[in-house]
Amino acid sequence: MTDAAYDSPAPSVEKTRTRRPAGAPAPLLAPLRDPRYGQIAAQALLISFGVLALGFNLSPLAALAAAAGALVAEYLGRWAQGRAFDPLSPLITAGSLTLLFRAEPLWLFALAGLLAVGSKFLIRMGGRHIFNPAALSLFILPLTFGGAWLSPGQWGALGLAAIAIAGVGSVVAGRAARLDTTLAFLAAWAALSFGRALYFGDPMSIPIHQLQSGAILVFAFFMISDPATTPPTRAGRILHAVAVAGLGFWLQTSWITNIGPVWALIFAAPLVGVLRIVAQPRPKET
Amino acid sequence: MIRSMLAALTATALLAPAAPAAAFCGFFVAKADTKLFNDASKVVMVRDQDRTVITMVNDYAGDPKDFAMVIPTPVVLKRKQINVGRSADVEHLDAYTAPRIVEYRDPDPCAPPIVALRVPSPRAKSTAPISDGVARRQRSLGVKIEAQYTVGEYDILILSAKKSDGLQIWLDENGYKTPAAAKPILASYIAQGMKFFVAKVNLKEKSKVGGEFLRPLQIAFESKKFMLPIRLGTANGRGKQDLILFTLTRTGRVETVNYRTAKIPSNIDIPLFVQKDFGRFYKAMFARASEKAGGRAVFTEYAWDMGWCDPCAADPLSNDQLRRLGVYWVPKGGRARRGVNVFVTRLHVRYDAKTFPEDLRLTVTGDRKNFQGRYVTRHPFTGDISCAAGDAYRRRLLQRWDREAKQLATLTGWDIGEIRAKMAKSAKGFDLNGNEPWWKSIWD
Repeated sequence: MTDAAYDSPAPSVEKTRTRRPAGAPAPLLAPLRDPRYGQIAAQALLISFGVLALGFNLSPLAALAAAAGALVAEYLGRWAQGRAFDPLSPLITAGSLTLLFRAEPLWLFALAGLLAVGSKFLIRMGGRHIFNPAALSLFILPLTFGGAWLSPGQWGALGLAAIAIAGVGSVVAGRAARLDTTLAFLAAWAALSFGRALYFGDPMSIPIHQLQSGAILVFAFFMISDPATTPPTRAGRILHAVAVAGLGFWLQTSWITNIGPVWALIFAAPLVGVLRIVAQPRPKET
Repeated sequence: MIRSMLAALTATALLAPAAPAAAFCGFFVAKADTKLFNDASKVVMVRDQDRTVITMVNDYAGDPKDFAMVIPTPVVLKRKQINVGRSADVEHLDAYTAPRIVEYRDPDPCAPPIVALRVPSPRAKSTAPISDGVARRQRSLGVKIEAQYTVGEYDILILSAKKSDGLQIWLDENGYKTPAAAKPILASYIAQGMKFFVAKVNLKEKSKVGGEFLRPLQIAFESKKFMLPIRLGTANGRGKQDLILFTLTRTGRVETVNYRTAKIPSNIDIPLFVQKDFGRFYKAMFARASEKAGGRAVFTEYAWDMGWCDPCAADPLSNDQLRRLGVYWVPKGGRARRGVNVFVTRLHVRYDAKTFPEDLRLTVTGDRKNFQGRYVTRHPFTGDISCAAGDAYRRRLLQRWDREAKQLATLTGWDIGEIRAKMAKSAKGFDLNGNEPWWKSIWD
């Protein structure tokens, strides 16, 4: 998820890069300080935990296929842009996909990775991609292929703790600045869940149960926090997170989809693209 | 006294006669304080796009006049959307999908290998529903009788309500005692725009139909909501209940969206003596699996292409049986073949209000990988094994028995000492302790 980070590396990384003499070949791998390593590690841990401890219906080949698709798309996209290949961002996208996406023929995982990362290079506005890459595949593929679906309910209480720890860890270690989006989204989602229960006169055990959804936490920590597809200002990000929570909650409770926030993130993306152009005129690389 | 419905499941019923009472989606209402006995209810859901056909079976064994049930439904049902099905079809589906124990016979280690396979299939006890009921007059309680039908032996009312107070008063005045805990749940369903399907037994029609039990009720409707209402079933405070949900789809396995769906432990070697007590084993194993998941998981017990099975606990259903259950897209007559566009999933839920506060929200996946709850027993070779390979076989056998005992203890929580003692009884001449004479292999 956070594929966004890729195009806008953390300041330290940017510094390193700018120090490189012009014309020198870029190293294949970013320096270890890059926060994306932390994210990749967090995702890898979560995936292993899901498979080993929770019995996820997921073969290791599926994760490899998603990664292969994402890497190929990144390679081609960067080549077309005349930029150096950087495997970290597509790996994060593939990790996000592997956490939520499920498909029966294995090639659908490769397609998911290809489409997700490909969209970064093909669907752009103001010099930036507008859709969260992983979210786009999670949105499109289940609608298109009978063999593709999402498994949002597969975490359980242990899994939730794992996601929370890994998520917080990777956000804090990497991009603390983006924790505002995550927290705003979670707060809004919680308020909506409790509000709905109060309105229906349901016991509080229902919203509490609903908040223990692994998919919501994965979304909050790994997807909506992506800096490339969220507004540039804190106020804008909080507004965006609350809007995504509201729309997603409505989509989910009216049974339009089982993964409302992902759909909402996609629907809100063009707006964010426009906002970025309007609110942030400073030129961005990419 | 209200009886909840969501279903007890069959596996437990069959395997575990002491399983908690259960019922369908909704609650099961009985007039007066008749002591009801209904343990095994099962639900079959056919889902194709937004189309749903639900078949509800229960083992209600009380007086038919005391039977009643209330089920929330997303839409008002027309007469032709309601049907009375055959219990036998559900029983067959139950048997076809039941967790199974299989056995193998060890080949003569001193001869070329031959494997024999036999499959005793656990069978569900037959289901038995019941009831009674007469529709009552409409009241100014905000309760509207949207429709009223007699279908088979059932009198059915489709109610809509504005306030839970009104609905509950209406139910009370019409002879249903609803527990206080049901009221907020009814209110929640009303606020969500759900309608209520209320069924009682028409005694006159029942006598025409004859038979000891009530037949399953079926409803067909179109709604985005692919869910199974279980909340009313938790209102009576009877603790954990079991539900077995069978789903039939075109594309693949069904799983829950708002709860974790786990596979039941399967393909495990267990000691031979378990054959005699498979029901007790399965019940203990399920209880332990459910506990290990914090009581919060839904278990997949079977997921298979409807065209075949291996080993078969029962034959796959015929096309006519499938059509009667609501699989409208298969042709009439004949039998499905392997690769057919019907995929069955058997889900087993043990729930109460604490562990399953919300109704089950379901989704159809594209997963067509076959899975079954299967437990393997192996008969040792009992002939003459006085050859070198025979000695090796004997050693392997002792190791295997040790493994089986440990696995059984882990799966069920049974005492390993007792397990070993039981195994020793059926060990037929093998020294289970594995104490070989010290000189046996000195010169090997």
